[in-house]
Amino acid sequence: MLKFAVRRLLLLIPILLGLSILVFLFVRALPGGPETALLGERSTPERAAAVRAAYGLDRPVYEQYASYMGRVAKLDFGVSIQTQQPVTEEIGRRFPATVELATMAILFAVVIGIPLGFVAGRRPSSWVDNLSTVGSLLGIAIPVFALGFLLKYLFAVKLGWLPGTGRQDVRITTEHPTGFYVLDGLLTGDLPAAWDALKHLVLPAVALGTIPLAIITRITRAAVLETGNEDYVRTAEAKGMTRSVVTRRHILRNALLPVVTIIGLQTGLLLSGAILTETVFAFGGMGSFMASALFTRDFPVIQGGILFLAVVFVVVNLLVDISYGFIDPRVRAS
Amino acid sequence: MHNLRRQSFPRRGALALGLAGLLVGTAACGGNSEDTGRDTGSAAQTGGTLVFGTSSDPVSMDGAYVSDGESLRVVRQLFETLVTTVPGGTEIEPLLATEYEPSNDGKTWTFTLRKGVKFHDGTAFDAKAVCFNFDRWYNFKGVQQSASVSYYWQTVFSGYANNEDPSLGQSLYQNCEVKGDQAVINLTSSSASFLSGLALASFSIASPTALQKFEADKVTGTGKEPRFEGTFGTKNPVGTGPFKLETFEPNNRLVLARFEDYWGDKAKLDKVILKPIADGPARRQALESGDIQGYDLVAPGDLTALRGAGFQILERPAFNVGYVGFNTAKAPLDNPKIRQAVAHALNREALVRAKYPPGAEVAKQFMPPSLFGYAKDVQAYPYDVAKAKALIAESGVTNPTVEFWYPTGVSRPYMPDPAANFQAFSADLTAAGFTVVPKSAPWNPDYLNTVDTGGTGLRLLGWTGDFGDPDNFIGTFFRTKQPAWGPLEESIYADLEAARSEPDEDKRTDLYEAVNKKIMAFLPGVPYVHTKPALAFAKGVQGYVPSPVSIEDFSKVSLPS
Repeated sequence: MLKFAVRRLLLLIPILLGLSILVFLFVRALPGGPETALLGERSTPERAAAVRAAYGLDRPVYEQYASYMGRVAKLDFGVSIQTQQPVTEEIGRRFPATVELATMAILFAVVIGIPLGFVAGRRPSSWVDNLSTVGSLLGIAIPVFALGFLLKYLFAVKLGWLPGTGRQDVRITTEHPTGFYVLDGLLTGDLPAAWDALKHLVLPAVALGTIPLAIITRITRAAVLETGNEDYVRTAEAKGMTRSVVTRRHILRNALLPVVTIIGLQTGLLLSGAILTETVFAFGGMGSFMASALFTRDFPVIQGGILFLAVVFVVVNLLVDISYGFIDPRVRAS
Repeated sequence: MHNLRRQSFPRRGALALGLAGLLVGTAACGGNSEDTGRDTGSAAQTGGTLVFGTSSDPVSMDGAYVSDGESLRVVRQLFETLVTTVPGGTEIEPLLATEYEPSNDGKTWTFTLRKGVKFHDGTAFDAKAVCFNFDRWYNFKGVQQSASVSYYWQTVFSGYANNEDPSLGQSLYQNCEVKGDQAVINLTSSSASFLSGLALASFSIASPTALQKFEADKVTGTGKEPRFEGTFGTKNPVGTGPFKLETFEPNNRLVLARFEDYWGDKAKLDKVILKPIADGPARRQALESGDIQGYDLVAPGDLTALRGAGFQILERPAFNVGYVGFNTAKAPLDNPKIRQAVAHALNREALVRAKYPPGAEVAKQFMPPSLFGYAKDVQAYPYDVAKAKALIAESGVTNPTVEFWYPTGVSRPYMPDPAANFQAFSADLTAAGFTVVPKSAPWNPDYLNTVDTGGTGLRLLGWTGDFGDPDNFIGTFFRTKQPAWGPLEESIYADLEAARSEPDEDKRTDLYEAVNKKIMAFLPGVPYVHTKPALAFAKGVQGYVPSPVSIEDFSKVSLPS
């Protein structure tokens, strides 16, 4: 298992190298540069050229790339052109928000999706199955930003039950040692702050988790349905095993493999940043940060952010692969 | 009225209250009664915390390094300038200087400084501090000289002690002398717009002790890969303003606390929290749900709904202009009759009525009416299709064809929907007999580059003023020869240069009025709209005075009790 993990981690090197070249060329192929984003209609050819020179963008691309990779090797992703802060600091500040939101969203999707998909798969064509099918299709069909605005309008504006802006009430003064606000509240013993941060997570997590919920429900249903029809399940039932043992040992465990794969992929995607959800709820994570960097042609942020998120994606998928071993002894043996 | 010699004013608090009272009084008489500083009838309280939604965090709180609105908003609460604008207007009044006087040749300005003023770190504000700040800006090096870093220094003073970019001009600033409680600033040439420029938050006076202690000028790395290492602009800004920085948590909140040793009327609020919410609709919902009590940059489409829901809408006086620009180097726009025909063909009133929120005005010249130098009787070009056709016939140009450029992927205060403006004007031109060739490009950077290099025929563009001086409008457009406009009548360049250099404000007013008439007679484009950007506040929030140049502070704001 260790060998497998190391091999997969080593694969990161060519992946990141290739990705870095692609991203580097991609951002430079985008129309416009940071100079016009910074200067707007106040841009003149002279002023734009001066800004390009100030940030080294007037040098040949290969030269810029070599210099960039030299710094990346030292984990230095450069300085954001917009905020003038080191990209690593900016990522460190925003990534906890993304992790917090993604965790809540995936929890929401898993806690509801797996039981719902399971019941639907075990009782095909029942009202639960029909309801889950309609709900899943709706969940996938409603655009996230529309759902976000709807949830916010209903629960924050009209009913006033839940907050809809930011990660915590800005009037609360508390310490944030880790950047994970709920955890910070627990660690510092500031339970009202933790509770407030948790409340701030509800609406964005529901908005963000709806699509994973729909997908997990559908995949679980299909896997349970398929596994339930396997010969070994029928054999187990014929041997007189109790329904709960058949369900737990023979159906659920086997059906979980594709579900875990989907959960892993969805988690990886959610960790890459939820641009729309973060924007609607002013959540301030990686997604909105990357989107704003794209609009302002903040090259160091785009480059550093994409490389960082690629590492996150690969690591999450590695963890998923490792988890197969725990679920399926055959994988462990191979 | 605009004579700036030997001016002396009471503390700005009294003037601000006077003007705010005037605004409320005017509001009560009708017009935009619900729009301007209205009193909702609920009693105001002293103290409390206002949460205000912004579109982003400040880039830096060092005014010298920023030109974006959100950074300048914070700088204006923390710092003060030698002079400022009257609340809600563009006329200059003293702030940290109690008096100012130019020499006869306009090259030497003597500022008598306010006594008893302290920086937030307890150090004294004096002439030495003023000169320290001016010398600091003048001696910027490397990336500090980039237009993206010290944009306003370049706009007002052009160059530095040692220009590293040959395209930068000679600096307007020569030196600063300490003479007792006076700071004397010597310029290399006469510039009347210098004084208006000094009201910009970028020329805020910072504590020299803090600037040095927190290494405001520490820029490490190479010129090509700069790093601002100091913490003055990010964690330790120290000015004389009514608020001081309590905490800045990027991406979450920026907390300003009342400065108890402020020299003037202390801020009514205990704290102001600025909450970054990038998305416009999200800012609106945050106001509606009570997460914030006010926000800036209200979308025109939200104004009616917010008013209907009982929120206060405060409009800034118009300080921008949207125009259809001509490149007079390109045929047939080199023909004055054709330019006039275009002007008569465009139904500006209909466009402004249909596509802009209430409050937008049809523009008649290239600067807003609130600015001195605005001429009352410039040549007008009313909508008249028959006249446009007649002018085309007189021009001798058969089947006139014009390339009409508009930007995509952008919304500006003077041009919320460029494509809609293009469609309306294009239809007008076609109706008058023009053949319109539509051309569009993404705003950033293709469109602006095409404009700058003279690649457009007709174009949609505009400008939002930085400070209250005509030179910031018509001077920016027409004082120098620019490929975007093509050649203008030669005397326009000279007249604008003369107006810029004239130290006497009354004479400047006359000069600008005259040149505005000349510009509109020559017709290098058709100005068509001035808009009023709006802010929204919750019921009962009082005391915020919108300024055309966004010189606004929260010190007079109070919450309902």
